[in-house]
Amino acid sequence: MNYEVVIGLEIHVELATKSKIFCGCTTKFGGEINTHCCPICTSMPGTLPVMNERVVEFAAKAGLAMNCEIANFSKMDRKNYFYPDLPKAYQISQFDLPICKGGYVDIEIEGKTKRIGITRIHMEEDAGKLLHDQWEKGSLVDYNRCGVPLIEIVSEPDMRSPEEARAYAEKVRLILQYTGVSDCKMQEGSLRADVNLSLRPIGQKKFGTRTEMKNLNSFRAILRAAESEIQRQSRVLDEGGVITQETRRWDDDEGKSYAMRNKEEAHDYRYFPEPDLVPIELTDETINKYRESLPELSHERVKRYIHKLGIPEYDASLITASVKTADFFDDTVNSGADPKTASNWIMGNLMRLMKEVNTEDIPFGGEMLHELIGLIEKGAISNNIAKTVFAEMFRTGKTPLEIVKEKGLEVVSDAGELGQIVDKIISANSKSVEDYLGGKQKAIGFLMGQVMKETKGKANPPMVNKLLRDKLELLK
Amino acid sequence: MRRIKKRVLLESQKLLSKVNFLNIGKLTIKEAADALQNKEISVIELTEKFFDRIDNIDDKINAYVSICRKQALADAAEAQALINEGGGGIMTGIPMAVKDNICTETIETTCASKMLGNFKPPYTATAIEKLRNDGAVLLGKANLDEFAMGSSTENSYIKNTRNPWDVNRVPGGSSGGSAAAVASGQALFALGSDTGGSIRQPAAFCGIVGLKPTYGTVSRYGLVAFASSLDQIGPLTKTVEDSAIVLNSISGKDPKDATSIDSGIADYTEGIKRGVKGMKIGIPRQYLSGEIAVGVRNKIEAAIDSYEKMGAVCEETSLDLADYAIAAYYIISSAEASSNLARYDGVKYGFRSSNYKNLLDLYKNTRSEGFGAEVKRRIMLGTYVLSSGYYDAYYKKALQIRTLIKNEFDGLFKKYNCILGPTTPTTAYKIGEKTDNPLEMYLGDVFTVSVNIAGIPAISIPCGNDESGLPVGMQLIGSAFSEKTLFQAAYAYEREHPFAIAPEVQA
Repeated sequence: MNYEVVIGLEIHVELATKSKIFCGCTTKFGGEINTHCCPICTSMPGTLPVMNERVVEFAAKAGLAMNCEIANFSKMDRKNYFYPDLPKAYQISQFDLPICKGGYVDIEIEGKTKRIGITRIHMEEDAGKLLHDQWEKGSLVDYNRCGVPLIEIVSEPDMRSPEEARAYAEKVRLILQYTGVSDCKMQEGSLRADVNLSLRPIGQKKFGTRTEMKNLNSFRAILRAAESEIQRQSRVLDEGGVITQETRRWDDDEGKSYAMRNKEEAHDYRYFPEPDLVPIELTDETINKYRESLPELSHERVKRYIHKLGIPEYDASLITASVKTADFFDDTVNSGADPKTASNWIMGNLMRLMKEVNTEDIPFGGEMLHELIGLIEKGAISNNIAKTVFAEMFRTGKTPLEIVKEKGLEVVSDAGELGQIVDKIISANSKSVEDYLGGKQKAIGFLMGQVMKETKGKANPPMVNKLLRDKLELLK
Repeated sequence: MRRIKKRVLLESQKLLSKVNFLNIGKLTIKEAADALQNKEISVIELTEKFFDRIDNIDDKINAYVSICRKQALADAAEAQALINEGGGGIMTGIPMAVKDNICTETIETTCASKMLGNFKPPYTATAIEKLRNDGAVLLGKANLDEFAMGSSTENSYIKNTRNPWDVNRVPGGSSGGSAAAVASGQALFALGSDTGGSIRQPAAFCGIVGLKPTYGTVSRYGLVAFASSLDQIGPLTKTVEDSAIVLNSISGKDPKDATSIDSGIADYTEGIKRGVKGMKIGIPRQYLSGEIAVGVRNKIEAAIDSYEKMGAVCEETSLDLADYAIAAYYIISSAEASSNLARYDGVKYGFRSSNYKNLLDLYKNTRSEGFGAEVKRRIMLGTYVLSSGYYDAYYKKALQIRTLIKNEFDGLFKKYNCILGPTTPTTAYKIGEKTDNPLEMYLGDVFTVSVNIAGIPAISIPCGNDESGLPVGMQLIGSAFSEKTLFQAAYAYEREHPFAIAPEVQA
């Protein structure tokens, strides 16, 4: 039978605050085991959480960027369950009064825009991490991540294909990066998704029974897990079976999912209001202040790049696909570079280099690219040399001038020095000289190339040209 | 040279006679501070005197679960140095006891539980930090009902504390060790915690003053949580003025406790002696009817007469929802406790069962072996009332009652400056008398729990003794942040009926 697929996503995102949600510990990734934690992180008796106001601000801004209504009054709740990575044996989260409700994001799918509803966004703390060392008897716990602030973004069941799910997740990531509330580094697990998926016969209104696939940490995994679950559910339904409402674990290496627990085995989290924290009250004034301080989002930048900076739409959409490249582009242009020249450098050299080492980080600012472009325009280096310099900048973070000086890459413009080289080339290439003198203007191109080869590309081309013509004129 | 030596000798003899003159069983913070500032006694001498007292009588009372002699003497020397420089304040050099559910860095904080038998916190509670900054000297940690759950200190895993008025009777609870320590002259004052009456009830049973401040007045940072929305640290003292003095030291907004509040009151002793002339006092009829001992009722009625003689206007009123307070209290406090005590799972600190093969066993056996019966009872009760399907019928309903009780108090405080009644329906009972019937024990909290539910302050002060010679406690309840009014009313009564020392420890 043909089924319609219905997908809803819960996306957990780490917020980019410097300190944790309830204490002053750093949120930095990595770090020696159990060094980024304090008695509050490890829930020692008598310790109390205190809300980090930046977390509230970031969560509200995420909501605003996704067109949500921000609650004037919300509160934190306790979600109770036992697990060794959860030192209080409850997670401080939000239950019935989340900070954001009822928003949407627009995705582009097959050239069309589709609107995906956001049910809610709530704040919560992350748990620690269990370390299963095969050489140790038992497991160890690392509490560094305890209390790292997260938001959970719950979508409406509005997606109808794995591709839509993926596009939605990518769009959410882009919005959060632009808003500056999260860097969404997938490899550090700062964006994870749960996929809720059900099937129904085409034309049926009522939703089928759904399953939930937990903790997918890449867009590819979201796509593959959804595809695999569609196949599994169709098979069950085709064989006349029924879908069990359950939580499943996706194994990305095997490309398969496994049942974890069904509805009956589901936890009773015994949510109740967190008595150690006061309710979160945001006035309209504060919410407006957050709204006004929202940075320019990607679609707004695309417009500006096209209309104000006059770069092609293709360039604009490519550059804004990552906030890092967009910011870099803005920096370059703001330093004084020509927009199209800057966008050419970014789309060509920069993106290639970033892809080569698989990074989203750019080790230098846009003003460095402007400096490099300036050197070319001044004639201090050639275009080809500039590419080498750029790669070196990317590798070392050094400034273009430093690299040019260090490697002796500056253009040779010394008339005496170049004159000697030109003399040498003229006397070594009598055939070409004869051709030129015989009226073949083109022959000068070959001679130019020889000079450039001799100087390893560093000779000042206009100067070489002039010297060649002058010296050849004398031979006439 | 010889003359100087002789004079020093004479001076110290004079001092010694003064030291002996001080009856530490009756000594107040106020008197001790005067003696210290006037160099009639040194902080070290005072501290030693308390340790002597502890050495002599605590095996009879069992107020303390641990003594910190070395640290106390070091602190005493520091306090004395400050006094010698002409510095220090009223708390400088004052010896205190602290309930053992309030964290003290490097000193075991056991909550009188097997679960935390070996737990040494790496931090000190804000309230203690403040007292120590003001120069108070910590003598040791006082016994309590395990995790502050109980009304007789019989739920302590460590030992039974005895009432200084009759060692066969309970001191009350859960701050029984703190109350007994103060009543038997083993500390000048003590800190306790009050979730449903745990300061006021033992203060009543031991014939001393106990204050439950307005929720938020004293930081809860470092107080091991029982029921977070109800818990509050407060002083147990011999006099009303001492209570205000201690509150001055421990109150204030704490950045580490989001629920703490700056009350804006700079000095709680200010205006304490103004008297009660014209003060309007409400007496809910529910507080003087029903299951209340005759000896208690007589004393409360006598106190009402006394207030009227002093010029207060006493009027009968009604607290209709009083009947629901106990049920609401046990639901809310147990619900929060079930969550607050979930962290004792054997993974991170404290007790861990040695009997486990997997994670579930580790949890089950650690918690089965580590907690006592009363704590388990509350955890199960609390887990039940929060469970899906029961939440609305119990927990949610209890929260609704909580709001109604708050509103009812608000209404009464529009008419009255404070509300008066007994702290407890009976005086101290015999050890073992109520341990078989937890419900009967819970009913003893009938007059105290609604104060925590409403988040308002209340003070228990001694108001004479019943026919068996046991102290009766009178409770004065005020609106939020009306501690000064309560002190004023309590002080007026106390002036007419001064503090009486417990007979068992007069020796």
